[in-house]
Amino acid sequence: MENLSYLFAAYAAVWVLLFVYVVVLSRRNRALEREIDELRQLLQRHQAS
Amino acid sequence: MSSNRRLIDLILAPLAGLGMLLAIYMVFIYVPSDQAQGIVQRIFYFHVPLAIMTFLAFGVVAVASVMFLWQGTRFWDRLAHSAAEVGMLFCTLVLITGPIWARPVWGTWWTWDARLTTTLILWLIYAAYLMMRTVSGPGDQGARYAAILGIVGAVDIPIINRSVYWWRTIHPAVLVTREGSSGLNDPRMQATLGFCFVAFFLLFVWLVWVRNENARLRDAVEGMRQHVLTGHEA
Repeated sequence: MENLSYLFAAYAAVWVLLFVYVVVLSRRNRALEREIDELRQLLQRHQAS
Repeated sequence: MSSNRRLIDLILAPLAGLGMLLAIYMVFIYVPSDQAQGIVQRIFYFHVPLAIMTFLAFGVVAVASVMFLWQGTRFWDRLAHSAAEVGMLFCTLVLITGPIWARPVWGTWWTWDARLTTTLILWLIYAAYLMMRTVSGPGDQGARYAAILGIVGAVDIPIINRSVYWWRTIHPAVLVTREGSSGLNDPRMQATLGFCFVAFFLLFVWLVWVRNENARLRDAVEGMRQHVLTGHEA
């Protein structure tokens, strides 16, 4: 099938870049949520003491 | 994340994912190949929606930037920054998929055609916007300068859109040809393109939502750090 490699390259580029972006964002969001929980616990400890 | 935010994420993410999977089915199974260009024409079903969503993203940047300059609230600034980042991703994909399509059809990866050149300019403008946001750090002044750039940069969008009519260009005018008709003759092609628009719109909304959550969480972390420091000093 002529030009199949170009078709594959275009769709591969789209899916790879989208996937990488989503994974990076999700990891950052989870890390930030963990940090918020830790800071919340730190604040509660200081308020209790 | 609050329960409402989780609910929104639980609705948007599967919708976007399902939409994209169905789009793939329509592009590779449902729609017939173009008689003139063959299978490489199927790149178009992602390339065109990516371009339209790029315009939407930078339009959101411009509107949110205006609102931020007017009202000064972090909500609008976060939305502008989030839309700009997603818009850059989509614009990058436009500039990748376009040349991949062009190579077998035009015999060249790139030409300084009006539409390609103005799209590249758009990419450079918003790359500068994101660099400005990164370099300036937190605080209103950098955000204000970036907002002005975001508003000015949006001027390029109608120029890109009209470029195939204003200048002599080899870029296809597909949705509305120079003669005024649609460039797609087969109803299955029209349906596939229409569905891809919907799928990419859902994807765009979800990505902006996730990126905006990221910005909101960063603001929350910064606020709590300040609170902890204040508590230490007190």
